[in-house]
Amino acid sequence: MMEAFRRNRRSYLLSAGSVSFMLLAWVLVTSTGLANELFLPGPQAIWDAFVKAAVKGYQGSTLLEHVGVSLWRILVAFAIACVIGIPLGILMGASRDAASILNPFIEFYRPLPPLGLYTLLVMWLGIGEESKLALLFLAALPGIIITTVQAVHSIDPVYVRAAKALGANRATILREVYLPAAGPMILAGMRISLGFTYTVLVAAEIVAATAGIGWMIWDAAKFLLSDVVIMGLIVLGLTGIALDMSMRYLGRLLMPWTR
Amino acid sequence: MTQETKPHVNQNTPTRGHVIIDDVSIVFSGRNAETTAVKNASAEIKPGEFVCLLGPSGSGKSTLLNAVAGFIAPTSGAVRIDGEQINTPGPDRGMVFQQHSLFPWKTVLQNIAFGPRVSGRGNSTPLHEARAFLEMIGLSKYADSYPKELSGGMQQRVGIARALANYPSVLLMDEPFGALDSQTRAMMQENLVSIWREFGTTVLFVTHDVDEAVFLADRVLIMSAGPGEIIKEVKVPLARPRGPETIASAEFVALRAACLDVIRVESLKAFERQNE
Repeated sequence: MMEAFRRNRRSYLLSAGSVSFMLLAWVLVTSTGLANELFLPGPQAIWDAFVKAAVKGYQGSTLLEHVGVSLWRILVAFAIACVIGIPLGILMGASRDAASILNPFIEFYRPLPPLGLYTLLVMWLGIGEESKLALLFLAALPGIIITTVQAVHSIDPVYVRAAKALGANRATILREVYLPAAGPMILAGMRISLGFTYTVLVAAEIVAATAGIGWMIWDAAKFLLSDVVIMGLIVLGLTGIALDMSMRYLGRLLMPWTR
Repeated sequence: MTQETKPHVNQNTPTRGHVIIDDVSIVFSGRNAETTAVKNASAEIKPGEFVCLLGPSGSGKSTLLNAVAGFIAPTSGAVRIDGEQINTPGPDRGMVFQQHSLFPWKTVLQNIAFGPRVSGRGNSTPLHEARAFLEMIGLSKYADSYPKELSGGMQQRVGIARALANYPSVLLMDEPFGALDSQTRAMMQENLVSIWREFGTTVLFVTHDVDEAVFLADRVLIMSAGPGEIIKEVKVPLARPRGPETIASAEFVALRAACLDVIRVESLKAFERQNE
């Protein structure tokens, strides 16, 4: 434990240093008037915007409500994508036929720009929550499926053979060999996929939303409220880091052997 | 509470584990050509016997072992154990692989308990059974460790305990000590023999190491280099228990030389074929 801390201390110090340097540079260029305050407000203005949004709210909702609505959208869509994507990925990894049937669709829609896809989803599902969730779900799905397939392919066949020789049936092997063996790689895919889903959030909240952190940024930009925009981006970034950390924590909890 | 700390051992003369390899040929069809891995192999292994399959690399010895395990179906011929023809892998045959076959996501105890749990074999609860086997291999304090926290030799001891926890009638071992250093390997060999003598399980042990084969076996079957045929049988009448002094005995040296003569010719053939 102590040794790990000592080994990591250098990288902690370097990270703290680089962040401090950026903050210091920010203070300097804003306080000396080097940057136009209209486009780059100083830290104090951002903080004020944060407090104002947190206490009084922005356009009818407090900051916590904006973040809450966005997190709800992301987590619901992402959870559905995991529940569908992981079993589908295991199936496609274990069966070449299943992969051949499903691959064309996934490969076709995966590179489509989210906004282009979104116009069709709005036509189909309307401008309510459904189309937003659908877009986030479609953004999350391919990453999860593709890494799960890869994870299943990279399982050392010796584990399957060992389980068979010990008398395990097919269901036991899927549950106790395939799933845990692929687990760490599936988790890595989930983290990447969640990150990508996050990048689609603003696009999903542009149309006909009245709340959400992505919508708040989009709305504030229309009025050139750069302090709200930057504050929103910082909140978005920090929530993203928190989400990723909780995913890693969850992974360590579920897969103690990877510690 | 009375805690039984020893595995249930059958002290009588072994009656299970009669292996008959009946004219087995195994042909793999590749893209352009067919490769005969095993050709007309026949052998009989008596219950409780320790037999080594010795051959140079590419002699099909592992392929033949996999046929006994039920992983590969013979192209012709059959493998029978206690009168039953082998078609699929099963818990009556314990398998020990070369290395890293313990489930990394299960603790040492869970690894050993896996067989009794999924196969329903064993004499008491799976965890109780697993503790008894862990005690036997002297690794009780590692019960809750994960395999990666153990050395290669310890992992392989757990691998043997995991295979034995199903009380198989035959123990199949595919170069289990091949990746260990020579010190550990010598200790593992003595360890294996004492476990085998306690259990009386039939053992079929694949190796390319002549010393290992002669040290362990009652009988050594030597396979030729592709197509794999059993070309010679060497009986090893060395007294047991065997130890370091056995290796120095004139008898051991003579048996080793007898095997080496055959192996050298076969290895040379394999080497020349590779250079063609």
